[in-house]
Amino acid sequence: MKAFATLLDRLSYEPRRNEKLRHIVRYLREAPDPDRGYALAALCGALDIPAVKPAMLRALVAERVDPVLFGLSYDFVGDLSETIALIWPAQFTGSNNAPLHLAEVISTLLSASRREGPQLIARWLDDLDETGRWALLKLVTGALRVGVSALLARQALAEFSGHPVEEIEEVWHGVEPPYTDLLAWLEGRGPRPDPSAALTFRSPMLAHPIEDEDFETLQPADFHAEWKWDGIRIQAATRRNGLARDVRLFSRSGDDITTSFPDLIEALPENAVIDGELVVARDALIATFSDLQQRLNRKVVSAAMLRDSPVALMAYDLLQVEGEDLRPLPLPQRLARLEALVAAKAHPRLMLSPAVPFESWEALAEKRAQSAENAAIEGVMLKRLDSPYLAGRPKGFWYKWKRDPMIADCVMMYAQRGHGKRSSYYSDFTFGVWEGEKLVPVGKAYFGFTDEELKGLDRFVRQNTINRFGPVREVVHEPQSGLVLEIAFEGLQESTRHRSGLAMRFPRIHRIRTDKKPAEADRIETLRSLLRSG
Amino acid sequence: MRPSDLLHPRPEGLYCPPGDFYVDPLRPVPRALITHGHSDHARPGHGAVMASRETLAIMALRLGEGFCETRQEAIIGEWVTINGVEVAFFPAGHVLGSCQIALRWKGLTIVVSGDYKREPDATAAPFEVVTCDVFVTEATFGLPVFRHPDPAKEVGKLLASLQENPHRAHLVGAYSLGKAQRLIRHLREAGYDRPVYLHGALERVTAYYEETGIALGPLARAAGLPRGSLAGEILLCPPSALADIWSRRFAEPLTVAASGWMRVRARARQRGVELPLVISDHADWDGLRQTILETGAGEIWVTHGQEDALVHWCLGQGLAAQPLHLVGFGEEAAEDAA
Ligand SMILES: [Zn+2]
Repeated sequence: MKAFATLLDRLSYEPRRNEKLRHIVRYLREAPDPDRGYALAALCGALDIPAVKPAMLRALVAERVDPVLFGLSYDFVGDLSETIALIWPAQFTGSNNAPLHLAEVISTLLSASRREGPQLIARWLDDLDETGRWALLKLVTGALRVGVSALLARQALAEFSGHPVEEIEEVWHGVEPPYTDLLAWLEGRGPRPDPSAALTFRSPMLAHPIEDEDFETLQPADFHAEWKWDGIRIQAATRRNGLARDVRLFSRSGDDITTSFPDLIEALPENAVIDGELVVARDALIATFSDLQQRLNRKVVSAAMLRDSPVALMAYDLLQVEGEDLRPLPLPQRLARLEALVAAKAHPRLMLSPAVPFESWEALAEKRAQSAENAAIEGVMLKRLDSPYLAGRPKGFWYKWKRDPMIADCVMMYAQRGHGKRSSYYSDFTFGVWEGEKLVPVGKAYFGFTDEELKGLDRFVRQNTINRFGPVREVVHEPQSGLVLEIAFEGLQESTRHRSGLAMRFPRIHRIRTDKKPAEADRIETLRSLLRSG
Repeated sequence: MRPSDLLHPRPEGLYCPPGDFYVDPLRPVPRALITHGHSDHARPGHGAVMASRETLAIMALRLGEGFCETRQEAIIGEWVTINGVEVAFFPAGHVLGSCQIALRWKGLTIVVSGDYKREPDATAAPFEVVTCDVFVTEATFGLPVFRHPDPAKEVGKLLASLQENPHRAHLVGAYSLGKAQRLIRHLREAGYDRPVYLHGALERVTAYYEETGIALGPLARAAGLPRGSLAGEILLCPPSALADIWSRRFAEPLTVAASGWMRVRARARQRGVELPLVISDHADWDGLRQTILETGAGEIWVTHGQEDALVHWCLGQGLAAQPLHLVGFGEEAAEDAA
């Protein structure tokens, strides 16, 4: 546990990716099996410990600490595990270095009931020092937040072993924590784990943002264009296995998200690996990302959710069919095979992402601008006709060309402390525009500013508070005093949730306009007129 | 008579009407009593200033000889009368020369503690408990998550990092008055005998500490060193300098910060700190509570920091308590001094 706590502690303060890799590799070299496999799973977010949930931890700490003081502390620290680790009453008799093994913690908890879970945690917390307590709580709640993605963890395995990361990804979904077979293979002590035992993830091909100067060198005739859908990129893999049928849905980073989308399973053709965008679709109408968002990261999907927000696959590439690897083929051949497959399946939840025909870049630019009428479209994708399907982000093949965002000058009205990296600063801002003589809130933004700007915003909030409602502070917002924020957003929607009747998509603070008075901010009528175009 | 007849907040700062003076005022006033030399407490432009000998010297160093019209040195522990109000200065243990200020009038005693800490510190006279009716306290670290560890353990982390990263210059952000000198003393106590390098902003105050007889061992200037130097050495600088281009001149700089805020990970990460050392010149949660109880005060006024939590705790102890909502304190402390 001590080695794992040290690793986590170092990762949490290390901003540099290469140094993070170095720390993980060193841990993999030094830690024993099965500890290191469990640590890796924890870093990837692949561990789920049902016997411990955040609510239980809160109950545990409520037995020992004044709830008001705990609440104020949590508000300041911004992270539940860290707050509990810091506030936990020290047991001065504790040995501080209980020989607690990671594997022991996990195997004990996995076999524990929900009643036993908190008791075990309390006993361990009494025995550990602060860093140990923090690491234990991070581990059991699964919210590590030390800047390590599943991808980075696999890259650490690649560096650790000298195997290319693509090779590791091909077997990754055939192995389970604590990965002893995988580690044995990587260290040359065992056979390659058999990936055919499970459907595997293939590294997706990614696009570069297009730059203005690219249009001078690129020829329209060399490219295929399609809409850029505002959903999530997934890879759908299926296989008929005798009487059984295997289906796996992978996120862009290779995480298995199959259980979140049972309604897509029957729409998929057999023995194929399809690349496409997961979207919410009601009849043939593609919904916006905010509808899809409610379906993400759910282990249990309610019947109401399946009925109200059904998902569909907007297919745009085909990697494999009937065991044949199509990735070396040029794009038009893959698309032709995909089109045939989609037509043969003839399922309303499986759609072919349509081509956007165009003669010149100007004509395509016009279509891209018009696409603003459809909130589910972010822009266009450009793919070279001669491109094979290549893992990673190869240069010169695929480009994304997003729409330009809209801008409005708004006035800060309320602020709240953020969580995670922004914790202990006022970083969630509600802003509004003028309706007659009054400001009406039109949205909330919590990103778009630098750390330096955050300090200024935080200071503004603390020095200009006129009211407090629990954690929310109301700040001064008069015509002649207050703070003007230039908000960029990706479109507007009508909304019954906001008093203004409007909701912005992805609003963010574009600039802080200390040069303007609130009286100069935009009016609601201006935003309403954008509704039609947005 | 109410305690607020003797002392209450005004826009200029804490004011004593019968004595006609302010304690640590924020704006220029005719007569000011100053607890210590940090810039959120000691400001220029007052008429008469009364403070400890060290605080007066530090103010002159940092603000210029003309920082006020007349100076009066407070003799520690000696009561003097100002317009009928008895006044005395007692050590606060915060930084060199830092004092609490006690006011006595018509049988009522109020102690304004300024900033203070209870941990031993070879560079500041230890905090002295003064029995009083009303205790005015800070609450910079007034949350139960703030418990400062043994500074020797924190300095040990720095020394271990020097061993592990001999190719990197260790740039330690530490406030120029108090924290920097205390850190050097802790390094010496841990047996570190290499020269400690100083950013120019730290030189004058550090020299003054040495003049008063505080031994700091070999010190060296960082100014004028060639690019890429100080691998495996310790360089102290103001926290704000850590993010400057200046800091990139040294050998693969490793960013260290010594502050009570380093207890919270997000704070360290927000400032790009790779090695956080929890060393503070303010009382932690236990220190604040212990001090409040030891003063025997029945009423507690909380000036700046995490007032809500400390007031809540006081009320739970059956003590009358209220936040004073003084604006302007702790701004500097929040950034650097804590
Ligand atoms: Zn101070």
